[in-house]
Amino acid sequence: MTGVLELQTLQITQGQTRVVALDVTIAPGEVLTIMGPSGSGKSTALAAMMGTLAPAFRTTGRVILAGRDITTLPPHLRRVGLLFQDDVLFPHLSVGANLAFALPPAVKGRSARRAQVDAALDQAGLSGFAARDPATLSGGQRARVALMRTLLARPCALLLDEPFSRLDAGLRAQIRSFVLSRIRQEGLPAVLVTHDPEDAQAAGGRVVTPLGTPVTL
Amino acid sequence: MIMGGPLRWAPRLTLALLVVPVAAGLLGTLIPAFANDAKGFRALLDWPGLSPAVWLSLTTGVAATALSLAVTLLLVASLWGTRIFALIQHLLAPLLSVPHAAAALGLAFLIAPSGWIARLLSPWATGWTQPPDLLILNDPYGLSLTLGLVTKEVPFLFLMALAALPQADVARRMNVAQSLGAGRIAAFVISVLPSLYSQLRLPVYAVLAYSMTAVEMAMILGPTRPATLSGQVVIWMADPMLTGRATAAAGAVLQLAVVIAALLAWVLAERIAGLALIRLAENGLRAHALDALARLVAVLTGTATAAALILGLAGLAVWSVAGLWQFPDALPDTLSLKTWMRAAPDLASTGGLTLMIAVAATALSLALVLACLEAEHRFALSPGAGALWVLYLPLLVPQVAFLPGLQIAALRSGVEGHWLAVATAHLVFVLPYVFLSLAPAWRAWDPRISVAGLSLGATPARVFWRLRLPMLLRPVLTAAAVGLAVSVGQYLPTLLIGGGRVETLTTEAVALSSGGNRRLIGTYALLQMVLPALGFALALLVPAVLFRNRRGMAVSA
Repeated sequence: MTGVLELQTLQITQGQTRVVALDVTIAPGEVLTIMGPSGSGKSTALAAMMGTLAPAFRTTGRVILAGRDITTLPPHLRRVGLLFQDDVLFPHLSVGANLAFALPPAVKGRSARRAQVDAALDQAGLSGFAARDPATLSGGQRARVALMRTLLARPCALLLDEPFSRLDAGLRAQIRSFVLSRIRQEGLPAVLVTHDPEDAQAAGGRVVTPLGTPVTL
Repeated sequence: MIMGGPLRWAPRLTLALLVVPVAAGLLGTLIPAFANDAKGFRALLDWPGLSPAVWLSLTTGVAATALSLAVTLLLVASLWGTRIFALIQHLLAPLLSVPHAAAALGLAFLIAPSGWIARLLSPWATGWTQPPDLLILNDPYGLSLTLGLVTKEVPFLFLMALAALPQADVARRMNVAQSLGAGRIAAFVISVLPSLYSQLRLPVYAVLAYSMTAVEMAMILGPTRPATLSGQVVIWMADPMLTGRATAAAGAVLQLAVVIAALLAWVLAERIAGLALIRLAENGLRAHALDALARLVAVLTGTATAAALILGLAGLAVWSVAGLWQFPDALPDTLSLKTWMRAAPDLASTGGLTLMIAVAATALSLALVLACLEAEHRFALSPGAGALWVLYLPLLVPQVAFLPGLQIAALRSGVEGHWLAVATAHLVFVLPYVFLSLAPAWRAWDPRISVAGLSLGATPARVFWRLRLPMLLRPVLTAAAVGLAVSVGQYLPTLLIGGGRVETLTTEAVALSSGGNRRLIGTYALLQMVLPALGFALALLVPAVLFRNRRGMAVSA
């Protein structure tokens, strides 16, 4: 399940401009933070790892995850989980169905799938929320559902696209420590994109710009 | 993955389905028109009604288009952002779903010498105790035809304007222009109209081409001696002698040429109007005095347009249940369901066939449109301006110019007269409307939902079926209802490809219109209107029930 995430001389150019240049290995449970002002190529780096980069970009180098070269794989075969700035819960599905959507097809049988969904809700402190409309949840609850949904898909790596920036100050530290502790527990290599030094500090790993320059906080 | 191959071809297949019938049909019209030393053209030129018929096609078509565009722009300019504007938006879908034939029949009941307006004014104002002998319907100038066209085209252009407005940045531009001292109308004309019109251009051309060549409206409301050119072409086509066919083909070719000439003239007028607009802007147009007047005219004409349609349909409904109803009485003496009971078996079979054709054409159109839009999303295709022109092709080329040729092809291949052939012909007209209706909502869908689904390991197909389609159920069903309405309203394709043997509510209603059994006409026209209305009702109801416990799926805006 777990393994290292390697970005081998990953370079992305748009026209004549180089926007991403990363050459780094991220260990299981480690969080690499990419920091920089908006428009600096942070999201482009994530899109390249996710496999959703627009054709206008040119990419060289390789992305290796747990020994598999995923550089050219379509997004749904990469086993790379993603948390957005917003929770991006599916509005037409209940909380339970949102989680069940992420369960791999290998988990067979209604009761087995239900049990995994309930277990995930328990771990997030949301026992009994399966039938709820996601729109009726608080911001913190939605953020936790989004993380559990991502983890239920059994990703081999986790990408975090400024996932705490929309939360208010009190909630922010709480959700951040919840997410980071889950990453360590699951032993996932993770990449955090942020412009907030506090996030970077809490992540506790290396901090670089999209062009690979180390950042001192 | 499995869908990957065929899906990539969906846009090309769809465009071919629109281009091939139009091109083949045109060819099939051109050949008989020029065959035998252009005998058809000689017969056409010998017809004494030719120049008045061409003239009528031009005057009614251009007048209806100019009036519809003027009313639409006036409504948008003077009412944008007001409560009335929101009210119009709600009224729009039902008004749009009324088939042309039903609208024309309703209007005929309203303005005829024995119609509602005359009844309401008689005898106290007019002194009439008998319906006056006035040629209001089928008037030789095509005035009632023009009026009928306007009542149907204003809702269409208004809808197209609504779709284009978000890209015209109305609020900010109007604010800036008004803060610089311009009146509301002046601000709209100078700052919004140019970008709004550039997006309205294709719909306006479609309205012009349609208005010049509308057959069923012309048969119900238009002049008869001579008829409009398109009306006469259809009369010739029904001629059992084969000589009529060549004349019809020649007439169709002439009609196409007249439409092209009118479109070119319209484009020229656009250029001149554009230059005039720049001059007005440079001269610092303020025109504050215009605002109150424009608003009044907008409200009056908008109300008159909607009222003509709604009252006409109400008239149809009343006639269908009328017992004895003598002339100056505003309402019938007695009400009875006798007409409905007597017509019920025919209505049921005709309505059933109409629905079957509409469902087949709509389902296939919807599948193709969804495949196109999904291919556009998955393969990051960006359709060019050419694709949009192709989409509009069946709406720009007059039906009367290519359907006769298509009929010959249908005859030769032996599919003429089969309801599936009729449904296929409907597809050519249904598909563009389904696409135009669905594409904006489909393209506005939050792409992060798709990325989220893929990152969870879902295949693109699963993202489509489980996330995108259900989330967009409301616009998908609305587009289906639009498609249903378009199919139900088709007259000429049904008549020609059906070879007169496929009877739908529309062909029956038009056929009855020359008779004068108002009660029976009422039942057919009413049912013709009820089918699309049911479609729109379902499109509202089904998502509301399915997502009643999902606040995130509530209608926004």
